[in-house]
Amino acid sequence: MTEAIPILQLRGITRTFGTLVAVDRIDLDLAEGEFFTIVGPSGSGKTTMLRMLAGMETPSAGDILLRGRRINDVPANRRPTCMVFQSLALFPHRTVGENIEFALKIRGVEPVKRRERAMQLMRQLRLPEDYYGKNVTRCSGGERQRVALARALAYDPEILFFDEPLSAIDYKLRKTLEKELKDIHRETGKTFVYITHSLEEAMVMSDRIGVMRRGRLVQVGTPSEIYTAPKTRFVAEFMGDVNVLPVRAGKAGRVHSDIFGTEFTAPPIADGFTAGHLVIRPEFIRFIGGDGKAENTVAGKLYNEYALGSRIQYQVRVGDHVFIVEKLRQQAFSGRLDDDVRIGWDAQDSMLVGE
Amino acid sequence: MTPAPDQTRRKLSLGAWHALPVIVFLLLGFVAPLLAVIGYSVMPERTFSIWQAPTAENYVTVFTGTSYISFLWSLGLAALTVFFLALICYPIALGLARVFGRWSSALTLVFTIPLFVSENVRMYGWILFLIKNGVLLGTLKSLFGIEMDSWLFTRGVIVFGMVYVYLPFMLFPMTLGVSMVPRETRDAAFDLGATRWQVFREIDLPLSMPGVVIGFLLSFVLAVGAIAEFKVLGGQQVIPITHDIEIAFTYSQNWPLGAALSVLLMLVVGTLVLVVLRRFDLDAILGRR
Repeated sequence: MTEAIPILQLRGITRTFGTLVAVDRIDLDLAEGEFFTIVGPSGSGKTTMLRMLAGMETPSAGDILLRGRRINDVPANRRPTCMVFQSLALFPHRTVGENIEFALKIRGVEPVKRRERAMQLMRQLRLPEDYYGKNVTRCSGGERQRVALARALAYDPEILFFDEPLSAIDYKLRKTLEKELKDIHRETGKTFVYITHSLEEAMVMSDRIGVMRRGRLVQVGTPSEIYTAPKTRFVAEFMGDVNVLPVRAGKAGRVHSDIFGTEFTAPPIADGFTAGHLVIRPEFIRFIGGDGKAENTVAGKLYNEYALGSRIQYQVRVGDHVFIVEKLRQQAFSGRLDDDVRIGWDAQDSMLVGE
Repeated sequence: MTPAPDQTRRKLSLGAWHALPVIVFLLLGFVAPLLAVIGYSVMPERTFSIWQAPTAENYVTVFTGTSYISFLWSLGLAALTVFFLALICYPIALGLARVFGRWSSALTLVFTIPLFVSENVRMYGWILFLIKNGVLLGTLKSLFGIEMDSWLFTRGVIVFGMVYVYLPFMLFPMTLGVSMVPRETRDAAFDLGATRWQVFREIDLPLSMPGVVIGFLLSFVLAVGAIAEFKVLGGQQVIPITHDIEIAFTYSQNWPLGAALSVLLMLVVGTLVLVVLRRFDLDAILGRR
């Protein structure tokens, strides 16, 4: 991150609807040109947050600063920002060209120049030139996506906001569009703020990710920080299937698990830690054969297995607790269902997190 | 594979069988009277048989006579009614849609409750309200000492009556049209730099057009066929074409002339409706929805 003034600063942004606190005291700095993604489950307040940044909602408390200038009361049509909506919100009574040119028409740019810019954007977004006069409702899902992006880019905003625009698109096309969006981010160098409920989507595109829960920003970091060092159980679980064991501080730097009535070796424990969760990613758990060793081991039964494409996931039941273990297909476990198995992991592969 | 066409034929004929009662009903109740009216319009005047040699004399009578004045009054006042209805209903529709969202069209149905009361009864209600020493003028006179001429039996009150009677027919489709404009679409235009007025002109108005056009057509067609407002409230100040038609069929016992006037009215209104519907391609405005 650069030393310059952040392009967008949030200072204690709060938004309440009656007694509901949708967005709760959020502080965040966005660097110029970064691709920042806010991830959270539905109802976490991410859309409300984005609408405040775009000027379609007013914060109940706190300040939004754009390049150091307070913009709380600047309405959406006078902010140098633009939003791509979840529904795309294309103008159904207008052609592709007219949709893209809308912002320019509003600004009073003459028709020839408008058309020139629209064509340029259509080329950049790989829309065929003869789509210019095509009714936008006759375009496919992916094409409409590109029209919406072109329309936002024509506004020439300093920051682009995205409100889950890819959520209604099928998997394969979504993967393509995610990459295209990252390419466009690179080409334009603009600041992108994207919201999604899919951490997978966030990982692919973002420079930094902010995880939101119940109106609060629980963790902000690069994709790899979020993946390797989640601060809470919520963030860890949001990443996908993980093993979570409630633990409390035990003897000599170890943690005690009430479920298993035993102690595990854990990564270094912070001062003042009393209770939390031990998180172990399924790929870090291994099956312990005859002379195999691990710092922590438990014995259970192989209950079921699931093929996940390149990986295979196993469910191992230890008493009432279910562990999930994942192996690459090439390293598939040879045991049969209902076999007694021993599984284990090393302390360095586990993480100790709060709630 | 050969039975396929046979099956389709049987299916089609089954469908046709089901449609038959409706077809018969429409033929007897709609097409036959229409044909009878058209048939009578080319019969010699003041005759009651439809089996005579056709003649164009009724149309000649209409075009050389003064019926065009009634035509113009009917069409003109109907147009004026539609104009006022649009001015009154669009803001109401916008307000309803903004405040009540998707419940607004259901709410509009409340506006149709007066339709359960006979139009003539409602007209006489207005007479009691507006007549000299009636509810309005009587109150003004006794409480404030203001004396005014009654507004009754003027052209203005005819338009007022029609606006009052046909309001639900404009408001309902208009509210439907306005509430069909998605909030995000308006937000998007606003976000792209449009002012509130530009959002209204570029988004709200064109996207609510289907409802507006249907409201226009519905209330216009009804207003052209209006007669009670002219007779009761207007006190025969102005003679609408509907009145001419009624007179021809009743007092003057000249069915062929009445039929010719009816046919012409249907032609004029029908042409207008078709022109407007062609001009506003409703499907295109609606997009794929």
